[in-house]
Amino acid sequence: MADLMTVRDTDVAEICGGFGNDPHRLLDILLTIQRQNHWISPQAMTEVAACVGLTRIEVEGTASFYSFLSLTPKGRVSIRLCDDIIDRHAGFAAVVAVFEAELGIKLGQTSADGQFSLDQTPCIGMCDQAPAAMVNEVILTKLTVDRAREVARSLQSGQRPEVLVSAEFEPLTPYQRVVAAVDNNIRQTGAVLLGPVPRDEGLRKAVEMAPEAIIETIRASGLRGCGGAGFTTGAKWRFAANETAAKRFVLCNADEGEPGTFKDRVLLTERPDLLIEGMTIAARAVGAAEGLIYLRGEYVYLRDHLLSVLAARREAGLLGQSILGIQGFDFDVRLQMGAGAYICGEEGALISSCEGLPGTPKTRPPFPVTRGYLGFPTVVNNVETFSHAARILDKGAAWFHAIGTEGSHGTKLFCVSGDCVWPGVYELPYGLTVMELLALSGAEDAAAVQVGGPSGTMIGRDSFHRKLSFDDLATGGAVIVFNGTRNILEIVEYYLSFFVHESCGYCTPCRVGNVFLQKAIQKFRGGFAGAEDIEYLKDLSATIIETSRCGLGTTSPNPVLTTLANFPLVYSAVRRESEDGMLAAFDIQSAISNARGIAHRRSYIFDRDFTK
Amino acid sequence: MTDFTITIDGVTVAARPGQTIMEAADAAGIYIPRLCDHVGLRHQGGCRVCTVKAAGRSVASCTQPVTPEMKVESETPHIHSMRRNLVEMLFHEGNHLCPICEASGNCELQAMAYRLGMNEPTRFPYLEPSRALDASHPDIALDTNRCISCGRCIRASQDVDGKGVFGYVGRGIHRRVAVNGSDLAHTNAAVTDFAVSDEVCPVGCIIRKGKGFSVPIGERDFDHGLIGKDIEDRKK
Repeated sequence: MADLMTVRDTDVAEICGGFGNDPHRLLDILLTIQRQNHWISPQAMTEVAACVGLTRIEVEGTASFYSFLSLTPKGRVSIRLCDDIIDRHAGFAAVVAVFEAELGIKLGQTSADGQFSLDQTPCIGMCDQAPAAMVNEVILTKLTVDRAREVARSLQSGQRPEVLVSAEFEPLTPYQRVVAAVDNNIRQTGAVLLGPVPRDEGLRKAVEMAPEAIIETIRASGLRGCGGAGFTTGAKWRFAANETAAKRFVLCNADEGEPGTFKDRVLLTERPDLLIEGMTIAARAVGAAEGLIYLRGEYVYLRDHLLSVLAARREAGLLGQSILGIQGFDFDVRLQMGAGAYICGEEGALISSCEGLPGTPKTRPPFPVTRGYLGFPTVVNNVETFSHAARILDKGAAWFHAIGTEGSHGTKLFCVSGDCVWPGVYELPYGLTVMELLALSGAEDAAAVQVGGPSGTMIGRDSFHRKLSFDDLATGGAVIVFNGTRNILEIVEYYLSFFVHESCGYCTPCRVGNVFLQKAIQKFRGGFAGAEDIEYLKDLSATIIETSRCGLGTTSPNPVLTTLANFPLVYSAVRRESEDGMLAAFDIQSAISNARGIAHRRSYIFDRDFTK
Repeated sequence: MTDFTITIDGVTVAARPGQTIMEAADAAGIYIPRLCDHVGLRHQGGCRVCTVKAAGRSVASCTQPVTPEMKVESETPHIHSMRRNLVEMLFHEGNHLCPICEASGNCELQAMAYRLGMNEPTRFPYLEPSRALDASHPDIALDTNRCISCGRCIRASQDVDGKGVFGYVGRGIHRRVAVNGSDLAHTNAAVTDFAVSDEVCPVGCIIRKGKGFSVPIGERDFDHGLIGKDIEDRKK
């Protein structure tokens, strides 16, 4: 353990120096220390603080916020099993059991020799190939009991995790490594993103246009943000362009964390050039010279692939100084790794994280287009949105506008997972019905569909005729299918536990209210809920939604509210009515169990077998 | 932009560009309940007790700027009930035992509970966290069982004292106020710090040793009137 416990000061100073002792690079610094030392020791935090000019408590604030940074020693091999509800339905428990048995440690533990740690982690974006896991920076998918045993034994024999992806891992290109580990599962290609896409045609047209004309093209296309909120992209770019400022930034939100969503994974794998082309067009439109791609920590396996694409574009004169030979058109992109925090998909929190801070959303107003990254006007768009923008500049606003429906233009990448034959990504025009998508994906026996992930809407069969669009059923991409054998309340409780885990804790209603909401659902699942608990759920949800500070809290009660509305029988079926005028929720046995243990005796009144 | 007016629950009040709703309300003698906001400190917008409806949207009045002719709703039964829920959440999140707390009578959380009519058993479960007491410092003790994560000490120490003694650590329900060192004795905190003064901590979390219980019950801050009375008195 000795080498795990000590971080040599020189190493820390060297790491900080590698990032220019810049406090805004604190997350990169801490991630590097974590990777090298497998934890962030108190001594390391003190050293980092001294190097970058922060207080120790500020460093600890960031280090203690992110799931992938640990304040206690972790194993040299860190195994994180994805425990999304889809993974649970696909055999998570059996996979856990194999790892626990083979490694001799329980979930949440690190082996005594410091070799392995075993943890669970929320959705890692592999719902179409669950159960999945991260082993250090390697992704494993479609785990079975046999495969899990093979993995555990290989790791125990001292093999590197990369070998699990391919015996010949080293000679592979970064792209080959990505596709060797993770299937794309592209089930349906469309005209905009996944069909044939010419290289940089949009950018070539954009540089011939005035910046205002680019923004006008995006506005006229009807493009709306594809991350979930659906803000009009053209308006966002115009706001940022109109600000008076010394510089501006373009940020790509690749923190695809909504459970059940994995479309950006596929775009980052197959269309990284299109994304960066879109960012470059945005930079041209708003006058930005610097950009960042914020890549979720779970997608670290895509890092080298994206870095190689960025390098190739610099080489080709498509990034850097004088892009396409145009004097004064300078723009470059840095890849910023996240570290395991769903909240960083919220644009203010994403900016905080890029600045080396804990991922807490920023107070709005001012909005990022006015005061964003480092206080400068910043455009933050999703991977899919930038990719669309590049295609719009190539093919024209009218072409894009004609696809889809009124108010929801273009195609959308739908991520179908769960109980279906063909899970994967479907590029389809907005406006198709849920039923049509279910038919395409072989999910005819669907009983419930979670549209838009946990923060979206759970619908039943009577709503499958509804349309997937901003005006009817909005989704950032996730379409999660559940058949009639699934337990709705189990799903609801899982989603609430996800929000409890991912709340940043800044505001009271989200920090505390979601815990209460989960406890209330547990009460239903335990059969202790009464009629008054329905009203309680609604009242508590209303407070959380109406008083929370950001989108996490304003949507986290949705699993409860949409199932109460669409599956009311699920709640009434487990309700216990009071038979004797006593509070049905009160369970005397569990209430006295602690006291019983302390007193080492049983209750004369409540233990029927007292005399035995 | 010149001065303009807004309405709060139908009452027209003067407002200046750049003001928050709460600042305009305070100046007009209209009290909007708040816990994390404090005169002289940066606005945080974390406790959400000051939530109002402005132009139909729920916003924190301590951070939301006024706009001309803005219509603000504050004292509606619905908002009142949400505020009480939030205050109850803060009680249930920590360990708040008023009868044995030296802040009783001076405590803004307790006073807010009285003001909002939290005078019957609540429906929320108690989380009963287990948090250690930090009595390492010779003059100051920290009982985070009573902390409501308002962050007033953090901002006061950073911005007013220029020290940074306090900060947040952790995430979600585990997010806590912690100190810039292994314990309070290993920080540069002093009992003369503004952050440690009795006006900054709204509850009994930051305790000045040897000062407790010096004012008898009946003569404490909120024994003289509801919290917010000082602001409401401006109207008279």
